Amino acid sequence: MIDALGEPQSVLVLGGSSEIARATVEALPRTRLRRVVLAGRPSPELDAAALQMGNSGISIVEVASFDAADTDSHQAFVDEVFDNGDIDIVLLAFGVLGDQLDVEADPSKAVQMATVNYTGAVSVGLHVARRLREQGHGHLVVLSSVAGDRARRSNYVYGSTKAGLDAFAQGLGDALVGSGASVLVVRPGMVRTRMSDGLPEAPMTTDPEVVGKVIVQALRRGKHTVYAPGPLRFLMGAVKSVPRPIFRRLPQ
Amino acid sequence: MGWGRTAPSRATIALPENYDDVSGAIVGAGPRGVLARGLGRSYGDAAQSGGATVFDMTGLRRFNLDIEAGTLTADAGASIDDILRAIVPAGFFVPVTAGTRFVTVGGAIAADIHGKNHHVEGSFGSHVMSMTVIDGTGEVRVLSPEDSTTREMFWATVGGMGLTGVIVEATFRLLEIETSSMSVDTVRCSDLDDVMARMIEGDDDYRYSVAWIDSVAASGRGVLTRGDHARRNQLVGKPAGEPLAYVTPSLPSAPAFVPNGLLNSASVRAFNEAWFRKHPKNRAGEIQSIPAFFHPLDGVRDWNRIYGPQGFLQYQFVVPDSAGWIVERTLSRLRDVGAPSFLTVLKRFGPSNPAPLSFPQPGWTLAADVPAGIDELGPVLDELDELVASEGGRLYFAKDSRQSPSMVARTYPRLGEWQAVRDVMDPRGVFTSDLGRRLSL
Repeated sequence: MIDALGEPQSVLVLGGSSEIARATVEALPRTRLRRVVLAGRPSPELDAAALQMGNSGISIVEVASFDAADTDSHQAFVDEVFDNGDIDIVLLAFGVLGDQLDVEADPSKAVQMATVNYTGAVSVGLHVARRLREQGHGHLVVLSSVAGDRARRSNYVYGSTKAGLDAFAQGLGDALVGSGASVLVVRPGMVRTRMSDGLPEAPMTTDPEVVGKVIVQALRRGKHTVYAPGPLRFLMGAVKSVPRPIFRRLPQ
Repeated sequence: MGWGRTAPSRATIALPENYDDVSGAIVGAGPRGVLARGLGRSYGDAAQSGGATVFDMTGLRRFNLDIEAGTLTADAGASIDDILRAIVPAGFFVPVTAGTRFVTVGGAIAADIHGKNHHVEGSFGSHVMSMTVIDGTGEVRVLSPEDSTTREMFWATVGGMGLTGVIVEATFRLLEIETSSMSVDTVRCSDLDDVMARMIEGDDDYRYSVAWIDSVAASGRGVLTRGDHARRNQLVGKPAGEPLAYVTPSLPSAPAFVPNGLLNSASVRAFNEAWFRKHPKNRAGEIQSIPAFFHPLDGVRDWNRIYGPQGFLQYQFVVPDSAGWIVERTLSRLRDVGAPSFLTVLKRFGPSNPAPLSFPQPGWTLAADVPAGIDELGPVLDELDELVASEGGRLYFAKDSRQSPSMVARTYPRLGEWQAVRDVMDPRGVFTSDLGRRLSL
């Protein structure tokens, strides 16, 4: 249960090796936190994340095998996690980026990206929502992206998966009004992580720690949508209003 | 949600009309369980249970006064408010009342509420002669502290926060009164030491005693009010009338929306100054009404809204006499973080009763309302918890919305004993609350 001062006791991270998710768990108030479930495909990064959280004083850190693309497994997976105790905060943080030219050349890679980023997220998101509704409380935090705000020549396949995810998460949040559960849509700009390593930095590029803090503050204030960093909201507002013929000529 | 308007959850509300409705819902309970709720005056998450079926017990509110025996048999949903309206004119008073009369009999037992007379007469559960409880299998049980076969279950239900069963009826002893007035002695005290010294020295001479503390003033000045029910001969010189007439003031309401931060140090300072000055330096034998003496905050409906949408909490602990210094420390730490509180009360408790989870124990109890949105409040309260626990004190479940499970395990040493009885009464774990989940009860 989240207490009167906003301190959670349990967190499920979907995409447990995500640096943003790890930074978010770091930024959460810690005095009541006792169970963190890190779900993802088995990897050294996932184990390292679990080890680090265990060392930081969280009494129960579980590593759970979860494959976003294997949607048939989602129901059993989500039920098992929730059957072991209420979850206060779910971070939906998995996603793949991939190279735009690569996926244009090999559409099967585009399908894979769409399957993980969108189809997988919709599937597990709905199962999580069902359990949050049943328990009558809890927050689902969905990591969207400013890439979904406006399609760009340089990453429109990725952007389209995030646009779909963003619309899904907004609608799900509305559907959950009155259930005790809520959805927070997070739209980070470019974040310095493994995923973006080697790419040129966009304006307002930020670090996972900043995104983590933005998420925690938004949860505490009960927000539904938040940009990270916050001022990106205004930049994206401007970006969205640029006419296409001009937009596509802008440096990508 | 609770009275403090923090951390809400969603449940399905059921309005039972009879015992069968309650039993049926218990037998057919889903995995999220069931919980009984009264008038929702617990500050935190005691009377809420996410995803569960929550019984609104206030539909079951009949009661019957036995004038000969001086006892009352009441449905669990009957409120102290309803009861007082009926019994005061008949010359009776409830054995214990909290600072609000909007408490049900079921809630009074489940939280084992205390009042200004705890140092003399103990908590509510100590006056209950028997109660009817529907347990986790749907069976109707009559529990009495006198019957050795039900004694343990009786005391596990007193202070058991609704987790041993649904209380549906109780019979308790009443106090006989000659008038509906209170005879009150008031003393304005210049600092906290003065307040505490006077309470140690003189509380035993009074049935009722409580001190209001100015939480903003560094001195810890306060107003000590003590008294008893007025006898008929004390009303001499008052306007003639029915000595047992009982009138409650009609209720103005707090505004529906109040922004966060309206209640700040400046506004509380002004309120506290006025409240302190309003009281005479020293006055003996003043005649007051029952609502004015016991339930001043009930005069404003929905007063809990004034803390704004972020809500508030009440920090209430008890510590032994030897740790009276924690009272001063708490006030000064709350001042450090700028937590304004206009409702800060200090009182002395008498002996505990046999209930394993009952809050009161001999010593000092301090209760302070604070807005939940204050930065650094969490760490400061955790620091105070540590002091309270290390000195053998504890926190009150009915007020709690933030303590840790380890704090509970440490400060309620009989928790295991209570859990063993609970597991007998509720073998399937049907009774659930957000408080129970949060604190691993």
